[in-house]
Amino acid sequence: MKAFTLHQGLVAPLDRANVDTDAIIPKQFLKSIKRSGFGPNAFDEWRYLDHGEPGMDNSKRPLNPEFVLNQPRYKGASILLTRENFGCGSSREHAPWALEDYGFRAIIASSYADIFFNNCFKNGLLPIVLSESIVDDLFKAVEVNPGFQLTVDLEKQTVNTPDGQVYAFEIDAVRKHNLLHGLDDIGLTLQHVDAIKAFELKHKQAQPWLFN
Amino acid sequence: MAKTLYDKLFDSHVVREENGTALLYIDRHLVHEVTSPQAFEGLKLAGRKLWRINSILAVPDHNVPTTDRSSGVAGITDPVSRLQVQTLDTNCTDFGVTEFKMGDVRQGIVHVIGPEQGATLPGMTVVCGDSHTSTHGAFGALAHGIGTSEVEHVMATQCLVQKRSKSMLVKVEGQLGKGVTAKDVALAIIGKIGTAGGTGYAIEFAGSAIRGLTMEGRMTLCNMAIEAGARAGMVAVDDTTIDYVKGRPFAPKAAQWDAAVAYWRTLHSDADAQFHATVELKAEEIQPQVTWGTSPEMVVGVDGKVPSLAMAKNDVQRADWERAYAYMGLTADTPIEQIQIDKVFIGSCTNSRIEDLRAAANIAKGKKVAGNVKLALVVPGSGLVKAQAEQEGLDKIFKEAGFEWREPGCSMCLAMNADRLEPGERCASTSNRNFEGRQGQGGRTHLVSPEMAAAAAVTGHFVDVRNF
Ligand code: SF4
Repeated sequence: MKAFTLHQGLVAPLDRANVDTDAIIPKQFLKSIKRSGFGPNAFDEWRYLDHGEPGMDNSKRPLNPEFVLNQPRYKGASILLTRENFGCGSSREHAPWALEDYGFRAIIASSYADIFFNNCFKNGLLPIVLSESIVDDLFKAVEVNPGFQLTVDLEKQTVNTPDGQVYAFEIDAVRKHNLLHGLDDIGLTLQHVDAIKAFELKHKQAQPWLFN
Repeated sequence: MAKTLYDKLFDSHVVREENGTALLYIDRHLVHEVTSPQAFEGLKLAGRKLWRINSILAVPDHNVPTTDRSSGVAGITDPVSRLQVQTLDTNCTDFGVTEFKMGDVRQGIVHVIGPEQGATLPGMTVVCGDSHTSTHGAFGALAHGIGTSEVEHVMATQCLVQKRSKSMLVKVEGQLGKGVTAKDVALAIIGKIGTAGGTGYAIEFAGSAIRGLTMEGRMTLCNMAIEAGARAGMVAVDDTTIDYVKGRPFAPKAAQWDAAVAYWRTLHSDADAQFHATVELKAEEIQPQVTWGTSPEMVVGVDGKVPSLAMAKNDVQRADWERAYAYMGLTADTPIEQIQIDKVFIGSCTNSRIEDLRAAANIAKGKKVAGNVKLALVVPGSGLVKAQAEQEGLDKIFKEAGFEWREPGCSMCLAMNADRLEPGERCASTSNRNFEGRQGQGGRTHLVSPEMAAAAAVTGHFVDVRNF
């Protein structure tokens, strides 16, 4: 997993509440065998004017000019600013995969659906919770300042605006540690290799038939 | 201290535990084509190896065609499905994993083949990237469905990061009536506690009616534990369990067998073990069940009616029921026996084992599928179930009655292959989920037992199998 320490990036505003994982990545794309490559189909139904299916050449599909991420000013955005209860619905891990593959490293919203929130951390994507009023202010700032960027400092737990505003956010200490060091669950568990091996040996002596 | 079966299984697999979160050692990892490709890819990208190759058994089941398989994997018409199956084959070859490929007689639904091979054993921890992994708890095993990141985690570390669940005892005492099966018990329990009733719990099924069930029946019951919201369901080990396991290809042999049996006999809750919740049902009160709505908890006895809004317990349920009436094309107070069907599906990891097929064939024997039924499918759970059924002549009974006899796989349970309902079509199905669109967009699913499905097939509507 990619470590997350300090990130500065362009902010894209998705001004909707309750964006569900089906909207983030529609179900027809779950037949894919990859964890990567979902980026071109992130928000597929909002983003394109036609119906998307796996295997289509997405570069040839008609874009929906109304959809905010399609506006040239947000091209290359890596911070998604959105509203409450982001990521609700199905538990598909394909949703954070799609956002990460699109290029997002952090999300800012006032709240998230539980499973989606957990899945983000498994994939190096930082979901930041800021109050509704701060989120409102940020939406206004993005609107009036073309090229508006934010800096996320995970170590200090702050989001910094170009004009010197500093917003603090909360994060679970273990999750913070894991993200800062790019430790995925597997990496963490592998810190206990000796314990696993010792257990395995004991287990094998007690129930050898489990290892046939 | 007195322990529940769940405690015994959990405790005996804890590698380490900190602040209520345990690293749990996994004995058996079952793998299928839909939730494994990203996990294998993750391992490859990180340059990681499988921790213990012989803990894994793989099989393609969700995407495989149930019709002609003479051209093998290349004959799968949907290219995306085909690639998913091919990818499993390649990954298993690359990593040296045992796989029952599409042409193998042992191929079948992952939750059917594990037990059938003796790859699921009492006392094991079993995981699979599939929610119906709860099925394997029938053997006195701790079996969890897991997500794709967790599949990769188990592959790389042989462990799962897990918090302890609360424990629930579901006790069914008495004798089940004629024509009442494990499926009806499962649906009756879900009808009673609701689809979120088991959330946060591991359920142990106990009582004389459960002890009286065969292993097939116990698997059906544990399979549906997830539909009650519980990630795991289990039944204590007894003679029925041990007799079933004996002689299976992956089961312990010779001297190991006796040691294993001695240990397995300890796999039950202690007499004075405490549960966080207890639910009791009387076997005699359970009737053949039919779901009428779009959630397994929307269920009634076959002699009942679609409930009216006045019976809903609150506004949320009323709104749910109204949506369900509309989706299912039903009105309140319609007697269940008057509901006509278009298709019948006998199969899925809930009800596709030999006993299920025997029971359905017994009803279908000498009868004909009704004129209004467009398609009646029988999809055995594995190649071995299919072979056994053919040896017993069940295929002939079904075919003579007008059923289609298919190759093993998930099939119309989730409609990821070509078998599906068309919009508005109504199906009597032995599967486990009647959610909107589950068996095809706009399709209407009624969950029933194999006997009830066969009876509906030959009459064209739901009918009480006890009067058959
Ligand atoms: S038969 Fe249905 S529920 Fe069972 S594993 Fe296959 S798709 Fe899932």
